[in-house]
Amino acid sequence: MASKSFATAEELQESTKTKRKSKIEKSENFVGFLFVSPMLLGISVIVLFPIVATFILAFADWKFVTGIDQLQWVGLDNFIALTSDEKFIKSVINNAIFIFTVPITMLCALFLAVIIDKNVYLKSYFKVAFFMPYISSVVAIAVVWQVLFHPSQGPINQVLMTFGIENPPTWISDPNFALISLMIIHIWISIGFSLIVYIAGLQSIPKELYEAADIDGANSWYKFRNITFPLISPTSFFLLITGIIASFKVFDLIAVLTEGGPLNSTTMLVWHLYERAFLDLDVGYASAIAVVLFLFVFSITIIQWIGQKKWVNY
Amino acid sequence: MISTIILFFCSLAFLLPFIWMISTSLKIEADVFKYPIEWIPTRWNALANYQEVWFGDHPFYLYYWNSIKVAVFTTAISVVVSSLAAYGFSKVRFPAGAWLFIIVLATYMVPPQASLVPQFILYRYLGLFDTHIGLILLGSFSVLGTFMLRQFFIGIHNDFIDAAKIDGAGHWRIFWQIALPIVRPAVATYAILRFIWTWNDYQNPLIFLRTDALYTIQLAMQKFTTINGSFYTLIMAAAVSAILPLLIVFILGQKHVIDGIALGGVKG
Repeated sequence: MASKSFATAEELQESTKTKRKSKIEKSENFVGFLFVSPMLLGISVIVLFPIVATFILAFADWKFVTGIDQLQWVGLDNFIALTSDEKFIKSVINNAIFIFTVPITMLCALFLAVIIDKNVYLKSYFKVAFFMPYISSVVAIAVVWQVLFHPSQGPINQVLMTFGIENPPTWISDPNFALISLMIIHIWISIGFSLIVYIAGLQSIPKELYEAADIDGANSWYKFRNITFPLISPTSFFLLITGIIASFKVFDLIAVLTEGGPLNSTTMLVWHLYERAFLDLDVGYASAIAVVLFLFVFSITIIQWIGQKKWVNY
Repeated sequence: MISTIILFFCSLAFLLPFIWMISTSLKIEADVFKYPIEWIPTRWNALANYQEVWFGDHPFYLYYWNSIKVAVFTTAISVVVSSLAAYGFSKVRFPAGAWLFIIVLATYMVPPQASLVPQFILYRYLGLFDTHIGLILLGSFSVLGTFMLRQFFIGIHNDFIDAAKIDGAGHWRIFWQIALPIVRPAVATYAILRFIWTWNDYQNPLIFLRTDALYTIQLAMQKFTTINGSFYTLIMAAAVSAILPLLIVFILGQKHVIDGIALGGVKG
């Protein structure tokens, strides 16, 4: 008897507990939504809704100035047109070439980071110096480089000529050198970011590993190859992925320096998209380019998820 | 010592363009391309150059004011929205939170340019096109900021929160009086970065602004270059003016900026 009534009491207590708990849960739910709702609302209006719209508009032909009733559904026509659009193909190729800036940036940054991480004087001066291009606005930097690269009188070619190079490249005005010029500037801008990330990565490597290697008499190349490089691989992987994604977003440099020229030698997906959308007002076609851009970035992110388990040492 | 010397020469490659920019902005036009380069001008024209940039036909003080307005408001709103969301996603225990966070994080994958066209159409429709408010709203909802601050909120021990709850404090009070003060350095870091990014933004003002009087400094810089063509001393004075406030913000908050970038990078 006694034990039964005890059980009932416990049950009773249990049920009030769940009741109270669910009440708390409800209020936690409400409060939680309140805290995140400004963010959710903003993201929905500014990112989620537009990206869905992009995917829908990619199947339409619409000059946006003509009003919504002029919109015509054309199915896959925009995507089919892309395959024979020379400028689009050139853009994809240029984007692919531009990816080479990423490993070069990483290599330079790692080299500098390893030296800075050792005992050098003026450590914070170096951090600021290498970081300057990253912090400065691309527009201002671009106009400085425009003058530095000036074909006949620019300081860079003046220096090259004093070193005996008779006909130095004309840089951004030469179709063969324009993309390379942009790549040089992009690398110069990005090194600071990679450098800071690498320094942080290097500092997280336990010093005991190097001490142990020292006892075994390892030289510095051996230590770099067998300790530093493997232990820094998550950082390298992070920089590789973010760097590639960032290389797809390059716009300011092209817009200020070359506008895709000369002879489409520096056009890229984002620039092509911009031209079609905001100069030609060709909404459907630009949306199709945007979808392609999205798919590129999306696949790289997926590769990140799969790839990181395979070769990154944590 | 040897490595310091190597590094010093490397650092020249990063600083010389800036030094050249400053030096050119002080010269007269005829001396711009003198070779060997005159690092310290022999003929000075600094006052006239900067006067033309700041108070000439396209007065930079106006564009400065626009940029400051946009950057300050964007930073302020973004910090509030992001820290609210970061707290909600980390310290309020609600089941839907985990899913909502994944959705928010997933939007980070969308390249900003892929949603540009519908944004533009939407802005025309809402009347936000060619307004500073529209520009400010575009930069105010940062997934990166939310993610970064959330990492810091997670670091606050839950016992703190529970103790405060037992004392009768609601989430709002806990957020405002306990959590936010603890993560203040992280908020400062994010605020500085957001300010720099907004100040440097060129693409959004280019697409979402038309009226000259509303231009931010980056647009003005570009326009100034187009108009003044080969007046390189003026262009460089404009470039110096565009970079200077950032330099000040950066040097004052150097540790915050570098730590923030390093943290974001290492923790992904």
